[in-house]
Amino acid sequence: MWSSPFITTPTSVSQIMLRVLLALIPGIALYVWYFGPAILVSLTLASITALATEAIMLKLRNRPLKPFLSDNSALITGWLLALSIPALAPWWLIVVGTAFGIVIAKHLYGGLGNNVFNPAMIGYAVLIISFPAHMTHWISPNTLGGIGLSFVEQLNYTFNGVLPGGLKLDAVTMATPLDTLKTQLHLGLSVDVIRDMPIFGYLGGKGGEMVAIGFAVGGAYLLLTRVISWVIPATYLGTLFAIAAIFHLADPAHYVAPLFHWFSGAAMLGAFFIYTDPIGSPTTHRGQVIYAAGAALLTYLIRTFGGFPDGVAFAAVLMNICVPLIDAYSQPKVFGKKGDGK
Amino acid sequence: MISALLVMIGISLLLGAVLGYSAIKFKVEGNPLVEKIDAVLPQTQCGQCGYPGCMPYAEAIAKGEADINLCPPGGEEGIRKLAELLGVDFKPFGEGAGPRAKAVAFIDENTCIGCTLCLQACPVDAIVGAAKQMHTIIASECTGCELCLAPCPVDCISMQTIPQHIGNWKWQYPTHSIVQVAAR
Amino acid sequence: MRKLFKFHGGVHPPTHKTESSRTPIVQAAMPSKLVIPLHQHVGNRAVPTVQVGERVLKGQIIGRPEGRLSSAVHASTSGTVSAVDMQVVAHFSGLPDLCVTIIPDGKDEWIAHSGMDYKQTPHSELRQRLREAGIVGLGGAVFPSDMKSYSHKHKIKTLVLNGAECEPYITCDDLLMRERANEILRGAEVLRELLYAEEVLIGIEDNKPEAIAAMRQAVADDGHARMEVIAVPTLYPGGGAKQLIRVLTGIEVAAGVRSTEKGVQCFNVATAYCAWRAITFGEPLLSRIVTVTGNVERAQNFEVLLGTPVDELVAQAGSKADTYKHIMGGPMMGVDLPSGAVGVTKATNCIIEASQAMFPPPQAAMPCIRCARCAAVCPAELQPQDMYWFAKGKDFGKTQEFHLFDCIECGACAYVCPSHIPLVQYYRFAKSEIWQREQEQQAAEVARERHEFHMLRIEREKQEKAERLAQKEKAALAAKPAAPTPLPVAADPNADPENTLQMRIDSAVAHSNMQMRIDAAAARAKEQVATEQPKNTDALTPQQQAEIAEIEARRAKFHEIASHPGADDESPKQ
Repeated sequence: MWSSPFITTPTSVSQIMLRVLLALIPGIALYVWYFGPAILVSLTLASITALATEAIMLKLRNRPLKPFLSDNSALITGWLLALSIPALAPWWLIVVGTAFGIVIAKHLYGGLGNNVFNPAMIGYAVLIISFPAHMTHWISPNTLGGIGLSFVEQLNYTFNGVLPGGLKLDAVTMATPLDTLKTQLHLGLSVDVIRDMPIFGYLGGKGGEMVAIGFAVGGAYLLLTRVISWVIPATYLGTLFAIAAIFHLADPAHYVAPLFHWFSGAAMLGAFFIYTDPIGSPTTHRGQVIYAAGAALLTYLIRTFGGFPDGVAFAAVLMNICVPLIDAYSQPKVFGKKGDGK
Repeated sequence: MISALLVMIGISLLLGAVLGYSAIKFKVEGNPLVEKIDAVLPQTQCGQCGYPGCMPYAEAIAKGEADINLCPPGGEEGIRKLAELLGVDFKPFGEGAGPRAKAVAFIDENTCIGCTLCLQACPVDAIVGAAKQMHTIIASECTGCELCLAPCPVDCISMQTIPQHIGNWKWQYPTHSIVQVAAR
Repeated sequence: MRKLFKFHGGVHPPTHKTESSRTPIVQAAMPSKLVIPLHQHVGNRAVPTVQVGERVLKGQIIGRPEGRLSSAVHASTSGTVSAVDMQVVAHFSGLPDLCVTIIPDGKDEWIAHSGMDYKQTPHSELRQRLREAGIVGLGGAVFPSDMKSYSHKHKIKTLVLNGAECEPYITCDDLLMRERANEILRGAEVLRELLYAEEVLIGIEDNKPEAIAAMRQAVADDGHARMEVIAVPTLYPGGGAKQLIRVLTGIEVAAGVRSTEKGVQCFNVATAYCAWRAITFGEPLLSRIVTVTGNVERAQNFEVLLGTPVDELVAQAGSKADTYKHIMGGPMMGVDLPSGAVGVTKATNCIIEASQAMFPPPQAAMPCIRCARCAAVCPAELQPQDMYWFAKGKDFGKTQEFHLFDCIECGACAYVCPSHIPLVQYYRFAKSEIWQREQEQQAAEVARERHEFHMLRIEREKQEKAERLAQKEKAALAAKPAAPTPLPVAADPNADPENTLQMRIDSAVAHSNMQMRIDAAAARAKEQVATEQPKNTDALTPQQQAEIAEIEARRAKFHEIASHPGADDESPKQ
């Protein structure tokens, strides 16, 4: 005997997670198109590490392997981390980050559903604090005349640290647009001048802006399939736009236009894939609005005034901490108890 | 220098006055902790804790003389509540000292000799009867403390567990979680 | 077009209604026996009024309502009572309850009955009739209808007639509205009269166009004033009384509040129909429409005598061989029947025959990922994921802070949960634990009071004894004033009498006397045990012995029944 209801929808956790992975594919495809196949190497490494550490932790915690390995949540952690850090990096960088995220941020908190923080963002935070130098080697996009590395050449660099034809690392990498913007502003240049530099495209950085569009397309798919609700992405992007617009209008020479914030860095990835992680975000509508607005504010502040080039990951971790508090103070009124009786 | 000293003295006097006033104004009669502990105890008055009733046990706990895991009728839930109330760690029951199924006493009226000993033993006056008259137990008032069993000279009192029926049936804790299923 | 309101959330499970709604209602065959539970309604269990072996007539009361909140139970046909005992009933627990078993004689012979004109009859009498006719809410909540048809405290503006029937598979109300619309509406007039209600709103989900048309036709034909048939959107649980009231009137009735306080009362359409039959023809509630569907050859609606064993009913619809269980009610809130032998009750609106393919056993539950899909569909606007979290950790105080008792157990949350967590079961578990704890707390309060009184009494007795002793001593002193050598203990008459040696001696003597007597009794008893004469009843005449045996038997039976005190402490849903 069991208790009603006797029917359920066919939706499952692993299906939801699988859709998230699928939604990342347009962005990844554009990434490969503009930056070469390096990202595929780190995605593969991240996937293997994520599944392996997940399996080891499940075994140690005496949990069943199959249902948890097939829920695809570990893969999401690996993929999000791989997409957040430079693709051209020694193999151990992504391995350490992913393993740290899965072991410390996920399983030591009780595994799927119990983690306070987004494991991928914890992995990112650990890497950028521990290995800041390695985290700056972003590949130049092909459109900038960058030397496109083949898949084999990528592998050779990842595992042996050798670039083809005695190339220096600087020849194939560059600072990110956000980083460039920040350093150039420090040098006293105005936004207009900086934006004329070759690495900048129409919306954000060359190549990067297209990847961001890819992520937005994936996000639209998630919205349409109701995997995520519109509240967090809309609030996040809206707030980010509003804050950036205020600063930009007040002083266009020092503060870049809002669209640039949307399409550079990990803002789109964050809006649709990181902040929408249900485990680390509030469950109430009002709470989600507060959470996403707070994340946008922190992202902007860290990007504009902070010491790190991008603020998406730190904003996620900082807002994750606030979730229980936000939930507690944003409880909606229940049916029939809204005061006016109507 | 002098003014700073004066200010400090002034502040300390003021705070002292406030403290003294509140000590008088909000004085608590009796020991509220004992009453709080007593409210958690199940009031079976069974003495299984080694104290002659729930209140004495509550007093002993409040004084720190007794452990919190001595009350089988309260169950583990009771220990948990006491632990929370007193801010100490949960402590499981000792070996073989756990709670038993809830039961009420039952007098075999064909054997009862009407000695009234059980009447005197019952802490909640749940047994009716008079000398040389048959006794019977008001089942709804019986706390199941078993204090009437020992005094009965003819052993005519037995404990009957309360059977499960539709009126007292409870929903079970669901056991569908993937971890439980895998452990089966 | 009337303005309709929305309630939060809701789900769209596949309706599966057309399977059983294509053919008209069929009279079910007379079963071989009727197992009629005496507790088919919210409130106290009815008290059996028939003996084993007694012949009963159709419509005869076999269970008398007990207390204010209760309802009568009747023999559904004429026949012989073959048992009054504990039988498995349609309840989540699968436990037995008191039932009357009747073997039908096939004559279907009515007891004398007569109707009344509701317009000429005082309301108290009408309500009494409803109670004696065993009319209860037939939507599944089985709340006695006489208790719902008062309006003395609050002015009732709107009578809502619930024909929404939102649960999948069930079509009994649909068919009833199609075939017997006139009588439903007349029943609504009776209820309107009892409530002094101004308007009658009949809510029917828009997936039942035939029923809507039939009801609209009947309203027009009979010229009912201020009565409107309203098509409401199909959305589960739109047929919940509170949700339907919300949709039709915009009024939200909170948990623990009676809808009458807000000027609305709600009855199921089948209840209105039965109320009409009871008032106008004097026919008590003996049968109801039951949808038999699912894994059957011919899904359809039957008019079924209450007490008909489910096995015999589903056989008439051609239950297929791979049926592995029967669900009573809908798939969202129904009961997994413990056995096919249980009798159809007033709450049985539907029997779904379940095969493994249609209703696979529940999957193992993954951890909650806080996706809040449950919160999005909750019609009570709760946060199911938080209630689950605390129910899982058995932190029942917290579950109540998250409004556990506002949960109507509609199952929408568990239906959408991607982790397949049996959420409703967690809430039911938490609710029953909280109820039990409250009962235990009350029992502890009573025990504390009784113990305090006990201690007081002992103290008083001690004092009285001491006083008596002191008086005795005084009297003794007065009698021998010139005694040359008074006892040293009596030298100071003002001494605390309790501490006097004399008293101690007295009580010791008394105690030892007592102890001696008790020891003697114990010895006697032991001797009796040894000589196999344990009972104090052995020296009696055979006649007395027989009497005692009879009394013991009666007592045993009473004990059995009394230990099942019925439902005054149960949730209304059961």
